[in-house]
Amino acid sequence: MSQQPIDTRRRTLIAGGAAVAATPFMFNIARAQGAPIKIGFPVPLTGAFSAEAQDQVRAAEIAIKDFNDAGGFGGRKAELLVRDDKLNPGEAATRTLELIEKDKVNFIVGSLSAATQLSINAVARDRKVLFNSISQSDAINEAKDWSLYTFHEALNPHLTAGAVARYAFPKFGKRIVYLTADYAYGHEMVRGFQRAGAPLGATTLADIRHPLGVADYSAFLPRIQALKPDVLVLCNFGRDLVNSAKQVTDFGLKANTKVIAPVLLYTSRQAGGADAFEGIIGGTSYYWGMEDKIPAAKAFNDKFRKAHGGAVPSDYGALGYAGVRSVLQAVLNAKSTDSMPVSIALRQLKYNWYKGEQFYRKCDHQSVQSVIIVESKSKNMKDKYDVFNVLSIEDANEANLRSCDEMGHKIST
Amino acid sequence: MADITLSLLLLQLMTGIALGAVYALLALGLSLIFGMLTVVNFAHGAFFMVGAFLGVYFLGLTGNFWFSLLLTPLAVGAIGLVAERFLVRPLYGRGIDYPLLLTFGLSYVMIEAMRVAFGIEGVATSTPPELRGAVNLGFGHFPLYRLFLIGATAIVVIGLWLFIEKTRFGLIIHAGSRDPEIVRVLGIDISRVWLLVFGIGTAIAGLSGVLAAPTRAVNPEMGISVLAESFVVTVVGGMGSLPGAVVAGLLVGVVFSMTSLFAPDLAELSIFVLMAVVLLIKPQGFFGKAGLMS
Amino acid sequence: MDLSKVLNLIARHRVAAVIACLLVFPLVMPYEALAINILIFGLYAVGFNLLFGYTGMLSFGHAAFLGVGSYLCGIAIVSGGWPWWAAIAAGVAASALVGLVMGYLAIRTRGIYFSMVTLALGQIVYYAFYKAERWTGGENGLRGIRVETIDLLGWKLDFVDPITKYYVILAFVAAALWFVSRVLSSPFGAVIEAIRENEKRTAACGYDVARAKLLVFVLSAALCGLAGALRALHLSIVPIDSLHYLQSGQAVMMCLLGGMGTFFGPFVGAAAFLYLEDVATSYTKHWMAAVGVIFMVFVLFFPRGVWGSAMYWLKRHGLAKEGVA
Repeated sequence: MSQQPIDTRRRTLIAGGAAVAATPFMFNIARAQGAPIKIGFPVPLTGAFSAEAQDQVRAAEIAIKDFNDAGGFGGRKAELLVRDDKLNPGEAATRTLELIEKDKVNFIVGSLSAATQLSINAVARDRKVLFNSISQSDAINEAKDWSLYTFHEALNPHLTAGAVARYAFPKFGKRIVYLTADYAYGHEMVRGFQRAGAPLGATTLADIRHPLGVADYSAFLPRIQALKPDVLVLCNFGRDLVNSAKQVTDFGLKANTKVIAPVLLYTSRQAGGADAFEGIIGGTSYYWGMEDKIPAAKAFNDKFRKAHGGAVPSDYGALGYAGVRSVLQAVLNAKSTDSMPVSIALRQLKYNWYKGEQFYRKCDHQSVQSVIIVESKSKNMKDKYDVFNVLSIEDANEANLRSCDEMGHKIST
Repeated sequence: MADITLSLLLLQLMTGIALGAVYALLALGLSLIFGMLTVVNFAHGAFFMVGAFLGVYFLGLTGNFWFSLLLTPLAVGAIGLVAERFLVRPLYGRGIDYPLLLTFGLSYVMIEAMRVAFGIEGVATSTPPELRGAVNLGFGHFPLYRLFLIGATAIVVIGLWLFIEKTRFGLIIHAGSRDPEIVRVLGIDISRVWLLVFGIGTAIAGLSGVLAAPTRAVNPEMGISVLAESFVVTVVGGMGSLPGAVVAGLLVGVVFSMTSLFAPDLAELSIFVLMAVVLLIKPQGFFGKAGLMS
Repeated sequence: MDLSKVLNLIARHRVAAVIACLLVFPLVMPYEALAINILIFGLYAVGFNLLFGYTGMLSFGHAAFLGVGSYLCGIAIVSGGWPWWAAIAAGVAASALVGLVMGYLAIRTRGIYFSMVTLALGQIVYYAFYKAERWTGGENGLRGIRVETIDLLGWKLDFVDPITKYYVILAFVAAALWFVSRVLSSPFGAVIEAIRENEKRTAACGYDVARAKLLVFVLSAALCGLAGALRALHLSIVPIDSLHYLQSGQAVMMCLLGGMGTFFGPFVGAAAFLYLEDVATSYTKHWMAAVGVIFMVFVLFFPRGVWGSAMYWLKRHGLAKEGVA
């Protein structure tokens, strides 16, 4: 517990919220006995990340099914209302309005992309509906966007980049070049790497910004070649990572430089192929291959395999599961389906759904969790799912996050 | 920070030319179609994308890169022929906007068709084994495949030039772009000419797709940004001008590449600024005819 | 009552008729947010159509005005703490200004080159706002545009309530539509239609064509800016893709679907487009193909658009006058 002065306004709000929650209140009217618990699930079913989004839906449905099979909440079953936000923040806002105003959902879980989750959050918090975000963002926990109804299940760039830096820089060298997608996410990744790298003695030779979505990276590679770094960090995501990994391989950069990425998506690896990704190290929130080390992972994997013909969940898929399951657990703990009491319950929750112990940090509702470091492989693959080797797991540690102060929160509780 | 040495500049220049080669091919097709048919083909990026997908598909089918290089433009051109005959032809005479709008809708359908056929993720590609590795150019190592790309583009450009300058059909194309009425009066079925030109233009787009596929990720959305860039090139070179397309293509590629060296975050912006500047000084582009298509 | 008399009555008071329909519109739509989107994009399309359908200039950079309107309204509220009505004014003024600059540069070109110049200029605006992350949020968009209550001379309106929000926005859209109607019925409206039909002849008649074009460009920009400002208030965010050329393309599609060169056509087109997209999205993942096919069908067989075809049919049967709605 810190010595900082406590924001009395926030304290009053929480206390007041608890009092308010004790009385049936205005927004969620018509909560008749037996009415289903509706969870809105806006995700990009079409567009560049549709594969990940569809996996999120599949996994979320498992969480719903488990909850309902166990009896639900006093007989009330949960229901997932899936909507396509087309990876477009304007569309995401409209869908959220539809979910809240027309479908009268109790909670919202979802989104995949920083921009859409911020957009959903803006709409949900103004209407006092709980939102648990299941994709990466550094911004959603900052005081400007945050609210008591805002929760962040997924990793953030700062934590992920830091974990990869802590693993890779001591091993492979201190002279770093960044090839960074020129948007907030890319910048956040670089910041995470540099922050973690500084105490390790890492130096930045260059931070080369490329436009988001550029198809041909050849224009940036000669300069990188000339710099001869120890480590090249591909600070981009999804399709951009696939493209840049490919071209870096083609240009022969891997001969003298270790290539790492902050986030290695299972689906990106499948799309890019073994060659392009060979040897690349990155972080992830979940990889099915850790099931031999972590029993909760095995339990989750088996459920998924059973429901989907032997397929394994991807990283974002697992987040879909955890996001929904946490909210439903909080409903049971709070014995209510109103956003305020469930928020309070979620704040106290300690859980282990699929990868180890997790909890939400009080000041900004960021889920404190482990980061898995994986390396892509192209040989000795047992089956089409076996694409990564798990190199290490960095344990959940609040100290690896940016401090509450830095996020703009005046208190630590 | 690496010193900007001469070899780095030269390497960056070569990279720009390789980039420009793809742009030049795309702009060639666009300009050909516009010059002959006065149609702005908003589906050109989609044809490029289909070419990339079919290239990977044929490679998987035949196991031979050269076969896929031959088959893909033919297949894409065939799609172009069908599109012209049934979708674009009914719109002639209605004004320049209608074919533009139609091809815009067509691109939506083509993108979705590829999603259905090949999946939403796209397909993995790799450089054909015979063209892997890098070549020492004296000032640095440059990927062999990109040299091949430049060479292939040069061959296509020369081939097209020979076709237009030295064959009877090429003569008809010349005449038809200048005055379709007279060509018709001379007894030539202009609609068949237009059909073939559209097919050739889209076939070239497909070819640029299969050539570009090993260098970038192949996914259904890859044609969207490429389209805007192709327009920039076509306009800078002059709509309807084939030499303009080639020159502008290389220029845009080089501008993008050099800007990436000095101010990488402004690289994409730089080509639009280039287009705006050229249009404001010389509205018809470098080689375009003044007053063409008001 | 004679049908043609009724139709003529409606035609003479077209704005009132439109507003009457829009007053009950929320009852027909599945949810209010969609109805509000239709209001906003209807206005956007009407603003765009002033330039495209009536003056004959196809611009591919109009997303710049929608976006600038949204962003300036949002920034005024988020960073400036301005009241909502001042923020709307800021959005409109900023759009008009950008329209003045863009128009001045673009009208020196014609035809397809005009379209390309506007495309390029629009993209430049896009990149400028993208990079100004501190003000605009960059890729993440601008968030935090919270307008919770509207204070109208003591009468407090809850802006978060969807129905209230709809009618407040309708008030602005209605005023804008009335303004457009006045412009089109005025001598200036006749001049711009003359420019569309034959620019040289219009100049020969002694009209300052360049000035007319610039003026209509600025008016069009201001209207689209208003639509943008209202959108910022509606969604409480501004997405960066509001400025992208695909958003400009949407305006073109809506005008075509509804009917270019008609007063109400673009509005109908916007409604049709958004409603269709909403329905298609809930039924199939392949909504993009459905939209593309429908669009192509319209281009091929119903180039006058839904509303335009309806108007044409009415005129053919002598039930309505020329060029009225």
